[in-house]
Amino acid sequence: MTPADVVFLFLGAVTLGSAVLVVTTRQLVHAALWLVVTFGALAASYLLLTAEFVAWVQVLIYVGAVVVLLLFGIMLTRAPIGRSEGLDSANRPVAIAVAAATAALLVTVVVAGFREAYVELGDPPAGTSGQMGASIFRTWVLPFEVLSLLLLAALIGAIVLSRREIQPPGESSDERPTERPTGPGRG
Amino acid sequence: MTPINLIVLSFVLFTIGAVGVLVRRNAIVMFMCVELMLNAANLAFVTFARMHGNLDGQIAAFFVMVVAAAEVVVGLAIIVSIFRTRRTASVDDANLLKY
Repeated sequence: MTPADVVFLFLGAVTLGSAVLVVTTRQLVHAALWLVVTFGALAASYLLLTAEFVAWVQVLIYVGAVVVLLLFGIMLTRAPIGRSEGLDSANRPVAIAVAAATAALLVTVVVAGFREAYVELGDPPAGTSGQMGASIFRTWVLPFEVLSLLLLAALIGAIVLSRREIQPPGESSDERPTERPTGPGRG
Repeated sequence: MTPINLIVLSFVLFTIGAVGVLVRRNAIVMFMCVELMLNAANLAFVTFARMHGNLDGQIAAFFVMVVAAAEVVVGLAIIVSIFRTRRTASVDDANLLKY
């Protein structure tokens, strides 16, 4: 067992432990904070796999943006802060049975397929941002541009979904919805 | 380095996320578990890219991250608007389409 394997085992233990805590903790905010630990350990795994660019994007997007968005969501939906019961639904035994079956199947297949696999970590190609940029803008330009359109659509969609109804001038904002005239032009 | 550890880790992480989606009741925690599953897929992508010695898997992981960010934004907007009309973030109460 090489030192890299030992580090990977440690990072895997951290990842799995914090992921289990995300799923089982009784406090919503703690779930979000354990998610930070999971994402951080995964980013360290990417660094060890020489996927440098993906690791830093993971830190920026997941730890920096997604977790903050989730915390904002917890705040905006006035979720209970502190211990709260009733976070789990009643189908826990079924869920655990299904999940155990899925995990057993996947792990059996992959162990049968890749038991003998071995990679040297030193040899190229590494995933530095220069190499990634060259590959994205040479080979993957079209998906990249489609992704930028997707991000624009998500931006507009989030604004449309989350804004309140804009009143035309002359109507007060506390009117009942049934009193308003409805027409095709009032989306 | 033996990549089998990482692939098994990725699949177990995926299973934990699936358990969370099935078990949890709060819509935002379900979102966190979906993120766990996406991250498990990303780990598998990066590991396979490393095994095959090219960068395409890492680029797929990068694209998955961007799509996941867009998905979180739209999903949270939907959850907040559901909360605004029904005053709850629990998926058990958003049952108008059930049965």
